[in-house]
Amino acid sequence: MTDGGAAAQQPRTMFEKIWEAHVVRDEPGQSTLLYIDRHLVHEVTSPQAFEGLKVSGRKVRRPDATFGMVDHSIPTTPLGNYGKRSNVPVVDNESAIQMITMGQNAADFGINFFNIDDLRNGIVHVTAPEQGITLPGMTIVCGDSHTATHGAFGSLAFGIGTSEVEHVLASQCLLQTRAKTMEIRVDGELPFGCTAKDIVLYIIGKIGTGGGTGYVIEYTGSAIRALSMEGRMTVCNMSIEAGARAGMVAPDETTFAYLEGRPFAPKGEEWEKAVAYWRSLTTDPGATYDTVVLLNAANILPQVTWGISPGMVTDVTSEVPDPESFAEPAKRESATRALAYMGLTPGTKIQDIMLDRVFIGSCTNSRIEDLREAAKVAKGHKVAPTVYAMVVPGSGLVKEQAEQEGLDIIFKAAGFDWREPGCSMCLAMNGDKLQEGERCASTSNRNFEGRQGKGGRTHLVSPAMAAAAAIAGHFVDIREWS
Amino acid sequence: MPLDRANVDTDAIIPAKYLKSIKRTGFAEALFANWRYLPDGSINPDFALNQPRYKDSTVLLARENFGCGSSREHAPWALNEYGFKTIISASYADIFYNNCFNNGILPITLPAEDIDDLFAEVEAEPRMRLKIDLVDQTVTAPGGRVFHFEIDQFKKDCLLKGLDNIGWTLSFDEKISAYEENRKNEAPWLFAAS
Repeated sequence: MTDGGAAAQQPRTMFEKIWEAHVVRDEPGQSTLLYIDRHLVHEVTSPQAFEGLKVSGRKVRRPDATFGMVDHSIPTTPLGNYGKRSNVPVVDNESAIQMITMGQNAADFGINFFNIDDLRNGIVHVTAPEQGITLPGMTIVCGDSHTATHGAFGSLAFGIGTSEVEHVLASQCLLQTRAKTMEIRVDGELPFGCTAKDIVLYIIGKIGTGGGTGYVIEYTGSAIRALSMEGRMTVCNMSIEAGARAGMVAPDETTFAYLEGRPFAPKGEEWEKAVAYWRSLTTDPGATYDTVVLLNAANILPQVTWGISPGMVTDVTSEVPDPESFAEPAKRESATRALAYMGLTPGTKIQDIMLDRVFIGSCTNSRIEDLREAAKVAKGHKVAPTVYAMVVPGSGLVKEQAEQEGLDIIFKAAGFDWREPGCSMCLAMNGDKLQEGERCASTSNRNFEGRQGKGGRTHLVSPAMAAAAAIAGHFVDIREWS
Repeated sequence: MPLDRANVDTDAIIPAKYLKSIKRTGFAEALFANWRYLPDGSINPDFALNQPRYKDSTVLLARENFGCGSSREHAPWALNEYGFKTIISASYADIFYNNCFNNGILPITLPAEDIDDLFAEVEAEPRMRLKIDLVDQTVTAPGGRVFHFEIDQFKKDCLLKGLDNIGWTLSFDEKISAYEENRKNEAPWLFAAS
């Protein structure tokens, strides 16, 4: 093994170890040719790539390492009389074509594919980890920026554009410039009522939406270590919102316990060999990062975004900021514009902001633990009459497990709309969207103008905060919820 | 054309509802759609793209963190198809930056103070033309002032040569195979039949 036992080697960070283990070719003055272990593919960013292959007469080099799914444009309409998901009408003809094209390309090129009726299908970044497709030490790419999610397993995972999708399909490699390393260490105990979502929103608030640009972030510290795999996925998922290339958490016993026995994870002797290798990936003592950020989890409160980027965020106990309070003129201008779009007045208490919609879902927060947290809050209560609240599980298997645990019954009894899996209203491609001016508490990852529907006003929060807001009709401090 | 906002995300450059095509073309109408059109679908006269003085612009002047958010390559496709061949900004989001090079768009990075100066110049002279020289890595303003920009030499080379990245990579097929053979021994679970 090239990585193990070389005592004379310089101490390296996990990123450097994984990067170096994947270099196929590295010449001075040229981009590095990096090998890609897993390529996840979905219906929106792949069609042009597959067409490119057909036009140039090329094949997929590693169909076994390529996994296709449908998630962005699929309807989340409850099955009702439709019987199965493939019978449910798609929002428009173009989306239907995209979905059919995905299936056709999967068949033509022989890649792995979970079609819409397959229970395993779901949001790519929910399905791949739960299937054990994502493993520590891998390089993983997808035509989707939230590929950073998989870094939670100690893999180097990042989003790419469609041209690069074609490049990876054809060669299983990518031309990359090596990123710088940033350590974000979050120590201390996360306060009651706060979650992984609040940690990452807090981080983005602190370092800004461009703070991580050019970096791969490694999240360390006791608060990160204490997170479950799903919590780590939530944190890594939003690394991109801080501008980072990727986000990673070192694999440990929590990681191995999660992965053992999953369908695509190694078994038997290979499992033992793999775990030994994975243990060697952690950052060496004495290794240095290009930048280090130190944060204390004890300072974190439940977070709510108020503006039109994830960095425009504050504590739930706080108020909508006054643009004049920002030091830089550019920030004052952005804040003014943001408040105008969001229809908010400076000084308004966050907890006084009334809501029209609530969306619990997305690759950030739609896994079983997220649904359990939301259900715990919802149990015995009713969604406010002024709010339409929907819950969209991340995959068919998450939905199935949630139903086994009776979470769907809790949600439905409370008046939440319990829907089929998909990306749904995170980016409103499938028909689930906000109307102009509607205000939504969302467990997704982006509150950009128009993201959830033209003129839609998005506030990002954790699943528990979203559920509580659905019931109260406005934001509440989840720490005081009963 | 000056776009005087920081953190312009790719949802703003091309909203998700326009990503439904399976082709690489047909995106020009979608460029900056949510800012470019009014709720009733008519054009928004206040948005720079619609202003006669910026008609036929081929250079987009932007503020920092341009192209943040989603990885959608549809963003540079829309910019390119509309007619923008060059972007000048203080900083770009990583994925968007790479996507530009793969589509023949040159993203130039200049210090924030220079960007401020260029915005001022365009304000004073909206129809001004810049001379952009990729070989020399310079941007020359009408008054003669020369801005020098840094750029990764490999990316510059590929852009100048119009290189087919995939063809180039596949020319190293033997190296890729050698890597795979070696890796199969080290980490066989990465090559398990699915």
